[in-house]
Amino acid sequence: MKITHPKDFYAGLMFFGFGLAAMVLAFGYPLGTAARMGPGYFPRVLGGLLMVMGVALAIRSFALTGPAVSPIAWKAVGLVLGGVSLFAAVVNTAGLVVATTVLIIVSGLASKEFNLKESLISSVILSTAAVLLFIVGLKLQFPIFPWGM
Amino acid sequence: MDLLANLSIGLVAAVTAQNLLYCLIGCVLGTLIGVLPGIGPVATIAMLLPVTYALPPVAALIMLAGIYYGAQYGGSTTAILVNLPGEASSAVTCLDGYQMALQGRGGAALSVAALGSFFAGSVGVLLLAAFAQPMTELALKFGPAEYFSLMILGLIGAVVLAHGSLLKAISMIILGLLLGLVGTDVNSGMARFSFGIPELTDGLGVAQIAMGVFGFAEILINLEKQGTRSLAAKKLSRLWPTKEEAKLSAPAVMRGTIIGSLLGILPGGGALLASFAAYGLEKKVSSTPELFGKGAIQGVAGPESANNAAAQTSFIPLLTLGIPPNAVMALMVGAMTIHNIQPGPQVMTSNPALFWGLIVSMWIGNLMLVVLNLPLIGMWIKLLTVPYRMLYPAILLFCCIGVYSLSNNVWDVYMTALFGFVGYIWVKLECEPAPLMLGFVLGPMMEENLRRAMLLSRGDPMTFFTRPISLGLLIAAIGLLLIVVAPVFRKKREEVFVEET
Repeated sequence: MKITHPKDFYAGLMFFGFGLAAMVLAFGYPLGTAARMGPGYFPRVLGGLLMVMGVALAIRSFALTGPAVSPIAWKAVGLVLGGVSLFAAVVNTAGLVVATTVLIIVSGLASKEFNLKESLISSVILSTAAVLLFIVGLKLQFPIFPWGM
Repeated sequence: MDLLANLSIGLVAAVTAQNLLYCLIGCVLGTLIGVLPGIGPVATIAMLLPVTYALPPVAALIMLAGIYYGAQYGGSTTAILVNLPGEASSAVTCLDGYQMALQGRGGAALSVAALGSFFAGSVGVLLLAAFAQPMTELALKFGPAEYFSLMILGLIGAVVLAHGSLLKAISMIILGLLLGLVGTDVNSGMARFSFGIPELTDGLGVAQIAMGVFGFAEILINLEKQGTRSLAAKKLSRLWPTKEEAKLSAPAVMRGTIIGSLLGILPGGGALLASFAAYGLEKKVSSTPELFGKGAIQGVAGPESANNAAAQTSFIPLLTLGIPPNAVMALMVGAMTIHNIQPGPQVMTSNPALFWGLIVSMWIGNLMLVVLNLPLIGMWIKLLTVPYRMLYPAILLFCCIGVYSLSNNVWDVYMTALFGFVGYIWVKLECEPAPLMLGFVLGPMMEENLRRAMLLSRGDPMTFFTRPISLGLLIAAIGLLLIVVAPVFRKKREEVFVEET
């Protein structure tokens, strides 16, 4: 069968998947009774509803036609979210200044107009601003440099 | 009069040096992110939630509220001068505002937008103050059954007024409700959907989801459609509208204020919907509809007034019933919870200085915004010349720092990145994330009220239909659903959002 409305079809599959997962997990929680609902009651109801919605969406998609899902820009996604994850990975050990620089440069690479010099300058400005604003001003707990402080 | 006494309590609370300062900070930040395309109030408020830890609750809420309505002012600047919605709710302002700017009437468009917003904002605040007392009294009569039915009505309203596919909006709400259940169940102490990860037993954070879905995903989408911006006018010659323009705008501002105030209160409504509806209305009542899209000043005055009126009145359900009507208000629930304030009717009685202080500060904030936006317009225009390639890493950085400092745990940053990816996929599949946010916040509340109502009725679900207020709310919800499946309304609903594409 041909998928005529990919956005609806895949959205339906996704909702069905989430519903199913919720359902399966919720079967491990006590159901209780209607008067004394256990922790499994509401999740099962919601999971079941979500499965129904997903199926309905997927089936209806065959009656509709719609544009294809635009391709996922893996490179930009990887660089932006990768930069964010790298920030998280190094901030506690290498400090805010290094983490900021890493984030600005890696995520900056996702732009078609990336310019290393510009990114370095903005790293310096932004890490100074971040230190002043968040550590000096708002007294948040961050190490600033790899050697602490 | 009670209202005057209450407002004077608020005035005392709002006019302290500290609160005025945070009101100003909120308004400046709001204008800033309103002017800058690619970052909206949801992501900004989420980013600043941890910062508000250190502040007293009144100051925190005043600042966060300022961001929301400040964004409504700032958004129009970008829409008029660059033809880009600085803020989603200013999308329709582009249509006529930019044309006016091309014709050299940019100054008039800007001043009408700002003054219209101020008028609408003032009316919105007054309505908020006037409705607070009666709504609160009504809410105090609510038991768990009524609350459950009210939430059903709210969620259905959110579906009806959301744009795009109904089925998807309902699915996103249910998914949001499920995400809200992640973590330890308060009744049994059982950890649900936590996969044995200690961080998940505390549940997902509203900031993680909001920043991921509205912040990171937005950036990913913007990177795909990198375009150039051109300023329509680098210099503005005249800031004031002509007599004729003023004459045309005044009634449009009035209509925009009314429609915006109404749509702001409705669940699922808020600034975005209000501006679209106001534009449609202006086009319909105008004797010269052919001028719309070619620089009709009513096309700026109506929607800009409407979005600001709605930004104020959407606080009504939050402050009186404790039910957030849109995604921004869902975050305000998060902000209140951080400060151990349970949103609901008891806030007004237990914390009158906070309640009325917030309301009065909103009017003061609107006044500040007119000053910030009109004379200082040149500064905001300069900001627009900062290219996006330099802007988005900075936004990412502030998101990362904000979310990390929520609990000084990098786990939150990873989760936000994950939601960024999921949010990006949702945009690709045209699944609107705003209903999900509402569901997420309401999930635990709904389950709790459902349980309590069923416990009180000894397991009889008829309790929702035999209690009169509850029944009324459910009938309203069913009515809404019926209207929405009716073909006539379906067409209308598509029309309202048609300007967007």
